[in-house]
Amino acid sequence: MLEVSHIDTFHGRIQALWDVSLTIGEAEIVALVGANGAGKTTLLSTLSGLLPSASGSIEFRGKRIDGLKSHAIVELGISHIPEGRRLFPDMSVRENLEMGAYLQRVWKEKEETLEEVYQLFPKLRERQGQLASTLSGGEQQMVAMGRGLMSKPRLCVIDEPSSGLAPIVVDEIFQIIEGLRGRGMAIFLIEQNVQQTLEIADRAYVMENGRIVIAGEGKKLLQEELIRKAYLGL
Amino acid sequence: MAILEGNGVTKYFGGLAAVSNVDFHVEQGEVVGLIGPNGAGKTTLFNLISAALRLKSGTIKFRGIDITGFKPYRICRMGVARTFQTVKIFPNMLVLQNVILGSYFGMSPRISSSDAPKKASEILEFVGLSRVSATPARDLTLANQKRLEVARALATHPDLLLLDEIMAGLNPTEVAEAMELVVRIREKGISIIMIEHVMKAIMKLCDRIMVLHHGQKLAEGTPQAIATSEKVIKVYLGERAHAGS
Repeated sequence: MLEVSHIDTFHGRIQALWDVSLTIGEAEIVALVGANGAGKTTLLSTLSGLLPSASGSIEFRGKRIDGLKSHAIVELGISHIPEGRRLFPDMSVRENLEMGAYLQRVWKEKEETLEEVYQLFPKLRERQGQLASTLSGGEQQMVAMGRGLMSKPRLCVIDEPSSGLAPIVVDEIFQIIEGLRGRGMAIFLIEQNVQQTLEIADRAYVMENGRIVIAGEGKKLLQEELIRKAYLGL
Repeated sequence: MAILEGNGVTKYFGGLAAVSNVDFHVEQGEVVGLIGPNGAGKTTLFNLISAALRLKSGTIKFRGIDITGFKPYRICRMGVARTFQTVKIFPNMLVLQNVILGSYFGMSPRISSSDAPKKASEILEFVGLSRVSATPARDLTLANQKRLEVARALATHPDLLLLDEIMAGLNPTEVAEAMELVVRIREKGISIIMIEHVMKAIMKLCDRIMVLHHGQKLAEGTPQAIATSEKVIKVYLGERAHAGS
């Protein structure tokens, strides 16, 4: 459903992505791992139109999306759940979630979508009137994920969802991500929790210095000596 | 002697007891882990120690001196430095300038404007950020911004360092590097309290672990005792993490 072909992306004059190509299929969890500064977040920003690619193309369900504005990309069905949550701190949980549904396509159904999000994250229902800034880290991550789901995406791009969360909550987040695949959603997942990520990923790409250096099935990559040394610290 | 000691430390947010009657202590040279579910009150406890927030009741002593009610800058100058979970760097200043600012703010010992850049460069070398010292802080990756927070805190010349999730967002290999950094900070004689969800790091680095839950102390003990505590597994570690520890 997503096909990225030979893209180069720059931060000012510095080239951050070099000839990156990858594909994501329907209802597939694809992971992207790599060291900090490898270009993972830059790749996600390029996908969602926050940064322009200087060359190459990005197609989503047969349509070119490189060059489109971010809101148009969301409209087509790609939702980006950013690193560090980026909530609206002075808005309530419910208001933050509703912000994710400001698309004609989904606004009418927002009450039903909200209900689905609350079922996925029951804690958010309890906290719906509370200001986002007063939530704990784990709860904030849940709001960020919930907000991303409010636009009813076909592809969810998630940047480090488990960062800063208690182990028991991390397990829950991974279960939820698997559950989303079960509902037919495709997931593009950046995670530093490499072990748990490769266990649930159908396929994975490894990025180094702005280039994709390895691609393969998640569970197979877990066994590879290079991956174990470089990314699992084993 | 305990370098830091809290008694009956309590903080309310409206009707919610964010930290409730917590006693704690840190011995000279000790590394203490602070863990607990998200929202348990861990960062609030750091905010109370560093006086970013005021206690409702209880006392905190540093080196035997009651510092309850002291202003944050005064506590910093006495030798307590901290990092922030949601990074609070100066985004438009260079990395080096961020660290220099720390050394001016701490003033312990007083540092001249000619010595400060040299000292700051040494600290950046120590934390492994030399390569980016002339970069605006906003351009660092989140992981490196966290490392910059550590550098800036070290520049204030602390005896006690409060580390708030410096390993979040790091991959396992980078976690190993950050663990090594904590060991080297400790070797300088600096006592540490660290909030961290990366269990491998907590279990390996800490002499003692304190677990907060709903603002109260749920458990305290050696890493071994905490890893096998039924109540800690139930509210925090989960079965999977337990199996791995």
